[in-house]
Amino acid sequence: MPEAGLVVSAAAFYLFSTLVLVSGVMVVTARNPVHSVLFLVLAFFNAAGLFLLLGAEFLAMILVVVYVGAVAVLFLFVVMMLNINFVTMREGFLQYLPMGGLVGLILLVELVFVTGGWTFAPEVTMAGSPSTIVAPLGVMTNTRALGDVLYTQYFYLFQAAGLVLLVAMIGAITLTHRSRPDVRRQKISEQVSRPRKDSIEIRKVPTGRGV
Amino acid sequence: MAELWQEYLLPLIIIVAKILVIVVPLLICVAYLTYVERKVIGAIQLRKGPNVVGPFGLLQPFADGLKLLMKETVVPSSADQVVFVFAPILTFTLGLAAWAVIPFGQGLVLADINVGILYLFAISSLGVYGIIMAGWSSNSRYAFLGALRSAAQMISYEVSIGFIIITVLLCVGSLNLTDIIMAQKSVWFAIPLFPMFVVFFVSALAETNRTPFDLPEAEAELVAGYNVEYSAMTFALFFLGEYANMILMSAMAVVLFFGGWLPPFDVAPFTLIPGPVWFLIKIMIILFIFLWVRATFPRYRYDQLMHLGWKVFLPLSLVWVVLTAGVLIFTGWLPLAGGTL
Repeated sequence: MPEAGLVVSAAAFYLFSTLVLVSGVMVVTARNPVHSVLFLVLAFFNAAGLFLLLGAEFLAMILVVVYVGAVAVLFLFVVMMLNINFVTMREGFLQYLPMGGLVGLILLVELVFVTGGWTFAPEVTMAGSPSTIVAPLGVMTNTRALGDVLYTQYFYLFQAAGLVLLVAMIGAITLTHRSRPDVRRQKISEQVSRPRKDSIEIRKVPTGRGV
Repeated sequence: MAELWQEYLLPLIIIVAKILVIVVPLLICVAYLTYVERKVIGAIQLRKGPNVVGPFGLLQPFADGLKLLMKETVVPSSADQVVFVFAPILTFTLGLAAWAVIPFGQGLVLADINVGILYLFAISSLGVYGIIMAGWSSNSRYAFLGALRSAAQMISYEVSIGFIIITVLLCVGSLNLTDIIMAQKSVWFAIPLFPMFVVFFVSALAETNRTPFDLPEAEAELVAGYNVEYSAMTFALFFLGEYANMILMSAMAVVLFFGGWLPPFDVAPFTLIPGPVWFLIKIMIILFIFLWVRATFPRYRYDQLMHLGWKVFLPLSLVWVVLTAGVLIFTGWLPLAGGTL
């Protein structure tokens, strides 16, 4: 009989991966786009579970925080606010099928190539050698191990990724931001700095005559 | 058979028992938090609060719970039924799930994971789904508007909470909650990082949709916000989930800024009181401030709320992260405790 921990983690693995696959299929087949996004969230969540089983706890949590907590919420926002007609959305299905199928096929072939030719750089696998970039397991938490590599070895790439994100953010804002002159905005600093003599005038009003 | 019992069933039973030991008192706390809320607000407004059911009205929460249990659950005919029923369950489950990593005392924690604070952050960022799903699936304008407001509000304030957590982590050097508490042995982080505690507390109010940020359920304009179509137990689950979240945010504030189960001074009369009691006392003080704020402040306007989140808190917490990092590097206090397991 195998060790109990292994059996449990194997069961968890099959549970998570089945759910990832099933919800992945449901994302594309669900009739309602909001349901699609919700299934996408489920897929992300189970992928985080798979990361946990691998011992990559930091990645698992970041996946949940970033993808589930932020990205998918924005998807959900957009999908919910767009008034989508579900019937007309289905109409062009056959028309787009060959094109979509082709793109999917190319992606599949590329994925097979990538995973088939997957090798680790020699310095990663040679544990204990002085050039090892990844600390051997059990010496440090993987959060720290990731940080050690990210902020030293790959520092410039990391910074470049940050710059790409910044450019994308600025681009998105300039594309969507409309300055509307007719909107009245509250300027708190102006309100607070308004002196008393500009706003209040005290008059002695004679009785019976008014102002 | 004996092996099956030893290796699978016994650990399962033990873990379920541990979960129950956390969840059952938590639910009782949630029930009594509603009672305390009414009593405190009553006292502040010179009223008596609930005082009819049981001595001092102490059985009021159970009477309310029983009432909600006996009522009929109404599902609107045009609602998306599965999502509609799932939303309160999700809210409630998340409110409980986060407690798995909270340390109640030295070693008194269900799961002492390395990334405890990230887990808490992840769970609290999921909370928005319960609300957004409820608002959408109700197929009602009021509920939808409430859900949109709530989602935007929670996402906005989560950003500054993230930066506050980073500030604390810089001073600790670990993501583990027990390490975070032990790092406050000499001084609670609330003292050197006091502005961050204030920002955290206000963000926690916004995150839990409490007054003065309770716009999602602004009863004057949205009837009741995202949960307007919910009745009976589905409503009760939302209610319980929200209050469990309140207690959770207080616990997070205690862990991050008030040294968790540590006594205020490490000398004789204080150290005699066990850690979990200190933890509870601190949580209760923070919860009281939650209620106090509710009785004191009027509701924010929505654009002011967003202004506060994005243009005040976000820059402030960002500057504070840089400042803390700079001070730690300059003085050489940067902790390297996370180096080994």
